[in-house]
Amino acid sequence: MGKTLAEKILAKKACKSEVDAGQIVQAAVDVAMSHENGRMVKKSFEKIGVDKVWDPERIVIIFDHRVPAESERTAIGQKELREFVAAQGIGNFYDINVGVCHQVLAEEGFSRPGILLVGTDSHTTTAGALGAFATGIGATEMSAVWATGELWLKVPETLKIVVNGKLPDGVYSKDVVLKVIGTIGSDGADYKAMEYSGQAISDMTVASRMVISNLSMEAGAKTAFIIPDKVTEAYVKPRAKGAYEMLVPDPDASYLSEHTFDVSDLEPQLACPHQVDNVKGITEVAGTKIDQAVIGSCTNGRLEDLQEAARVLKGEKINPGVRLLIVPASWSIYREALKQGILETLIDAGAVVLNAGCGPCLGAHEGCLAPGETAVTSTNRNFQGRMGSAQAYLYLASPATVAASAIEGKLADPRKYLEA
Amino acid sequence: MEPVKGKAWVLPDDVNTDVIFPGRYMSVTDAEETPKYLFETVYPDFREKAKPGDVIVAGKYFGCGSSREQAATAIRYFGIGCVVAESFARIFYRNAINLGLPIAVVPGVTDHVSEGEEIEVDLEAGKLKNLTTGKELSFEPLPEFILDLIGQGGLIPATRKKLGIE
Repeated sequence: MGKTLAEKILAKKACKSEVDAGQIVQAAVDVAMSHENGRMVKKSFEKIGVDKVWDPERIVIIFDHRVPAESERTAIGQKELREFVAAQGIGNFYDINVGVCHQVLAEEGFSRPGILLVGTDSHTTTAGALGAFATGIGATEMSAVWATGELWLKVPETLKIVVNGKLPDGVYSKDVVLKVIGTIGSDGADYKAMEYSGQAISDMTVASRMVISNLSMEAGAKTAFIIPDKVTEAYVKPRAKGAYEMLVPDPDASYLSEHTFDVSDLEPQLACPHQVDNVKGITEVAGTKIDQAVIGSCTNGRLEDLQEAARVLKGEKINPGVRLLIVPASWSIYREALKQGILETLIDAGAVVLNAGCGPCLGAHEGCLAPGETAVTSTNRNFQGRMGSAQAYLYLASPATVAASAIEGKLADPRKYLEA
Repeated sequence: MEPVKGKAWVLPDDVNTDVIFPGRYMSVTDAEETPKYLFETVYPDFREKAKPGDVIVAGKYFGCGSSREQAATAIRYFGIGCVVAESFARIFYRNAINLGLPIAVVPGVTDHVSEGEEIEVDLEAGKLKNLTTGKELSFEPLPEFILDLIGQGGLIPATRKKLGIE
């Protein structure tokens, strides 16, 4: 019987000839990432009682959740972690001026095919876009990884997702993954791996693929692979920090289920309050009034996202009743968007550009909503209370849909702004 | 492991980590402080009504969303004896086990337990008894590896043991 990609990578990491879904293994970790919650990991690590981390070169710390610090409490936490990183000799440390962890892991060559990458953040699944078994874990388990380099993992069953067709202009990978989540449900892949393939996926850039792997977490995915191909290798090869292996699943691998989509006629999709699987097409919800529009985050804050937003907003002004916030996913993206004049277009339209980071996505320190307000956002969660008030309403959509909605002051179809 | 006995607090499907422990408190990293913010946004009176030793009974996909461990930490340090749910989201499930917070996946539990009823959960035997109504439910016990982790008090004591510390 053939093996899925999850089974292949975990067998390798557990030093076994083969493993099967359902088995619990002790697996060796290649990359262990934490953001500011590394402070919690540090506390647990100290309780374990070892002096030095197992391998400082495999640990990566990236500040992104509240950058720069919004409070004294956060500032103290960040200071403590900077001191810890220096004391432990952890060279892979990225301070407040680099970007969102999942984007930085890719840009800096940590996300690689065939490796086991764990992070104390649920959207660690993003690195699956480059063929890594990448999964979010808690702080306590990360402290055990820091101490031993190993982690217990249940080998997941796999959902095979095939996406056929060619995406129309104005429809993006965000719309595809929202369609998938709306179909299989927010727990449709709970404790499962997902493997994406098909023409529409092969045609995607790495940035677009990262949206798919990132948001698959909202279907509960433990990890979400885009099967590595030439596009993957072209991205990984020049920047890889360490070895990688272009592992792919066997053709006769056994899947829990298979789901096939054709996206040639897909319209822009939105996740409506308060669940990511409450997905509707733009024609059904267009016209809903909005107060805030957010473009950014680890889901959709990449250069192509800002480019598409600028395409929609070029020469336009946002509705005076709307606040448009732009959050580049990393500083390198920020800098490139600056050079290409994208930020100027967005600012001319009335946008506020924030530092690269998690920004308003989790309602931690900027861009919070008041009771009764509605936002459309390119981020990843529309849970009640996620972006400030529990009495606010969040719609998730592509950056182009967010941009079009900012112009009209209500949920709007971006396609009419993209016609040549 | 001794069975857990306590009063049930019933929660719906899809209780996510933003509901359990809001993102704005993520800078709170002292385990003892986390219960102050438990369920603050959506069930602000839970902390006054519930008592240590009580049991949470939830619908499907409890703990979905973020990996923030404070969601499980806050429940554990509040003193909840066990979380029983139709199903759990993966990261919460792992965090609970690794923190030594007893959990049980009991399909059908929300049909047979109402708020305020006394229940008893035997994780090893895979038995849940509603002491108020007399109804008994069976469930698949957790794998031995996981029961052992919970029994040891979670991953930190287990890792100390593995590394031969103390």
